[in-house]
Amino acid sequence: MSDFETVAATENQAARRGPSGEPGAPNQVGVPRKPRSLAGDAWRDLRRKPIFWISLFLVVLVAAMAVVPALFTANDPRDCVLSRQHAGPSGGAIFGYDFQGCDTYSRAVYGARASLLVGALSALFTGLIAVVVGMLAGYFGRWVDAVLSRVIDIVLGIPLLLAAIVLLKRVSASSDNVRLFAVIFVLAALGWTTAARVIRSSVITAKEQDYVAAARMLGAGNGRIMWRHILPNALAPAIVVLTIALGSFISAEATLSFLGIGLKSPTISWGIDIDAGRVHMRESATPLVVPSTFLALTVLAFIMLGDAIRDAFDPKLR
Amino acid sequence: MTAPASPAKVRGETILAVDNLVKHFPITQGVLFQRQVGAVRAVDGVSFELRRGETLGVVGESGCGKSTLARLLMRLETPTSGRATLEGNDLFRSSGAELRRLRRNMQMVMQDPYTSLNPRMTVGAIIGEPFDIHPDAAPKGSKRKRVQELLDVVGLNPEHINRYPHQFSGGQRQRIGIARALALRPEIIVCDEPVSALDVSIQAQVINLLEQLQDEFGLSYIFIAHDLSVVRHIADRVAVMYLGKIVEIGTEDEIYERATHPYTQALLSAVPVPDPDARDDRTMIRLTGDVPSPADPPSGCRFRTRCWKAQEVCAREEPHPVPRAADPHPSACHFAELRPTTT
Amino acid sequence: MSHSAVKPTPASPTPEGGHLLEVRDLHVEFRTGEGVARVINGVSYHLDAGETLAVLGESGSGKSVTAQAIMGILDTPPANVRSGQILYRGRDLLGQSEEQRRQVRGKEIAMIFQDALSALNPVFPVGWQIGETLRHREGMSRGDARARTVELMDLVRIPAAASRLGDYPHQFSGGMRQRVMIAMALALNPKVLIADEPTTALDVTVQAQIMDLLADLRRDLDMAMILITHDLGVVAGVADRIAVMYAGRIVEHADVHSLYRAPAHPYTKGLLESIPRLDVRGQALSTIRGLPPNLMRIPSGCPFHPRCPYVQQVCVDVVPHDLVLGDGRTSACHFAQEVCDDSAR
Repeated sequence: MSDFETVAATENQAARRGPSGEPGAPNQVGVPRKPRSLAGDAWRDLRRKPIFWISLFLVVLVAAMAVVPALFTANDPRDCVLSRQHAGPSGGAIFGYDFQGCDTYSRAVYGARASLLVGALSALFTGLIAVVVGMLAGYFGRWVDAVLSRVIDIVLGIPLLLAAIVLLKRVSASSDNVRLFAVIFVLAALGWTTAARVIRSSVITAKEQDYVAAARMLGAGNGRIMWRHILPNALAPAIVVLTIALGSFISAEATLSFLGIGLKSPTISWGIDIDAGRVHMRESATPLVVPSTFLALTVLAFIMLGDAIRDAFDPKLR
Repeated sequence: MTAPASPAKVRGETILAVDNLVKHFPITQGVLFQRQVGAVRAVDGVSFELRRGETLGVVGESGCGKSTLARLLMRLETPTSGRATLEGNDLFRSSGAELRRLRRNMQMVMQDPYTSLNPRMTVGAIIGEPFDIHPDAAPKGSKRKRVQELLDVVGLNPEHINRYPHQFSGGQRQRIGIARALALRPEIIVCDEPVSALDVSIQAQVINLLEQLQDEFGLSYIFIAHDLSVVRHIADRVAVMYLGKIVEIGTEDEIYERATHPYTQALLSAVPVPDPDARDDRTMIRLTGDVPSPADPPSGCRFRTRCWKAQEVCAREEPHPVPRAADPHPSACHFAELRPTTT
Repeated sequence: MSHSAVKPTPASPTPEGGHLLEVRDLHVEFRTGEGVARVINGVSYHLDAGETLAVLGESGSGKSVTAQAIMGILDTPPANVRSGQILYRGRDLLGQSEEQRRQVRGKEIAMIFQDALSALNPVFPVGWQIGETLRHREGMSRGDARARTVELMDLVRIPAAASRLGDYPHQFSGGMRQRVMIAMALALNPKVLIADEPTTALDVTVQAQIMDLLADLRRDLDMAMILITHDLGVVAGVADRIAVMYAGRIVEHADVHSLYRAPAHPYTKGLLESIPRLDVRGQALSTIRGLPPNLMRIPSGCPFHPRCPYVQQVCVDVVPHDLVLGDGRTSACHFAQEVCDDSAR
């Protein structure tokens, strides 16, 4: 056994890549890689990226606004006095006042909660639907895949706005919370298809891997194979799709509110304020620009974060 | 670890019998309404026996069906027809709990050490998974200890239980795969090209490990490889496959010293020998052309399109692997004879 | 009719006493996110007209990177040729402009790769791909290029060449694709052919066909050949001289007969003893302990010392220089003579 002990002892020195490979790239000429865990590698890679830190900072900032808006502004967003209509900055109102005489900055801070809630919950439900549909279609294939793929095609064919108008009209008279969840429901119900397709194709790839065959040979059942072996390896691209979707759901909520079928005043959201600001744009642009900037930066932050995480978890890009 | 203790198990008795195994992969056309337009005859009537404690080498070129044979035996593919009996149990008719019990007796080491380990599981989780699936294989609470024992058995540091596969080299990963295959104390291990993805200086380490484990645990191996030198080194008996069929089967000596099938002879003569002085002494049989498609194999003898001995009877009548006058081991050739100038 | 036949071109004069191709003290490193990998650390070898040099090594030994440096196809960055010379007919290729090197590539030195499938473009017929070089580089007309393409395909023994011009790469078997790639490499009558693992992906019987073909072509076309491989069997069959590489250095350099008879470097000796042989029935294989080194942390002194059975303190401290043994063979080992004597025994 002495040979083997030597091997074990020297393994710290070298963990080589595969023996074959095309010429050219450094990792294919046997450049070794230090021992580290997958997540550790990703973290090391992320740590050096300014984009990651900037986007993470923005996301944390917006999340903090959503949870404790009072930390960011002392003014009540509902404390509106018409006499202050379009007044300039004063006191805590650093961006001045809007048409109704409300603090523009304060409203933007308080609007984060509804916007982020819509984004995060829609992304969560989207992810759940996409994982179930994508996993079943990719893993079982054959008729299950045929049926589910056609369902995906059909849902993908439904125009979001048209369907949203039809569905949300029914709840237009309901309470704020009902409307909020109706918006989330509509976005999730129509938005899961892309993620499902991504998961389906990565499940198909993962399913063909030798380690899945190895698990099957050990007697592992379908549930175990899907949960332990396929899902962890198929989820990475889906997480990225979902972070990007999260950003686009926030802007979709703004679109719906802007069209008057999403959330409604007195709920505070960026979409509502953008809509209101647009009407009085000529008198004062600030009430339009401020929530729009918040929205744009948040969406951008989520997309950049998703992008950075995807790159970090993809060993081929490292 | 101790060898599977059972006094009744006699070395040399038949442990696995495969009878006329067939696997045809359908070739279909059309997207919505698929219809079968043909079949790839990957494995087309293969029979052999594996004895307890021996190594049966299976050699052949790519496309000969040797890997499909391994997948069939491991029940990763469903055979088109045929039988296999593993210690008296029908391997292909079992399912559910019975199949899970049979799987404990037969495990596989795969070719590619880079894809055969789940990159998101630690080594401990990978080697411990057999015990999760078969909780009765290890007493409760002893899993970690068993995994560390297994790491030690295959020559890895037991302290590396929490590392991930990508922190190991190819040869070490192959050892992890071997440890996983050993976990349930199987009696048969199917090795599908276990060293062909490894560097030359690492191959010998893994081959020696496999031999040492065989002695220690009384394992039977089905050793599939394209490298005839490696197979000669490790195998007791050898089966040569061509286009889904076994064309010759016999002891290591019968195949390497007294081959009677022209394909075996050609295969052996084509192996480069690491000896420049032998360059001019060796008479090589140069086969012309390529292996025909397994979707449309030649009639009669499948090797006749590349065979220098082929006659009219070869196209008409399929030769069966039966003992021949030239040497009493099974050879599927109408004109089986010893090669006059064997090196 | 200037291109109508493949004729051995009379070897053009090489500078007095010089070699056709010579690599001198080449150093190449790769910059990666994790550090600098020193892939080639002072490689020197030469090739004379009409001979076959085998460069033998395992993955990561730098055998392919050296060839890529000769061809000028290294990706820079991440690769960086730190120092050294690559002399072709006495001229240093490393000092030349990209345009000058393009002239050398294909016409003077050509290369074939292991993976013929990915080296060929799947969307063009093979006849078109072979002919493209002729039209583009030689300015041939379509008709001439076509005729020459058929000749080349005949030359590499593709049956019924004329009828296969229009076939796509996927319609060829592995062995036939390798032949197509060889035909492409030969299109401009190169003087040096570099074959990088040309048969590794092929089956034994096909591998033998391709090695025969390469040996015949080298002789008939009077080329010189560098054969890059990890297969000690393939090398023994065709090479005149062998350079054994380890961790970006040439550790042993000898003519093929002396090297196999009595290797003078412990690494070569270990390799030869660790391969199972078809012609010798043996007991347990002897092994080389440990693993090839991490190229970002190459061991001090002799890079092979952690795995070497002959290791002494001097091996840890001092980088061994090439020791010249008889017959112009060299070994980069402090105990070369001892190893050689042991092997011969």
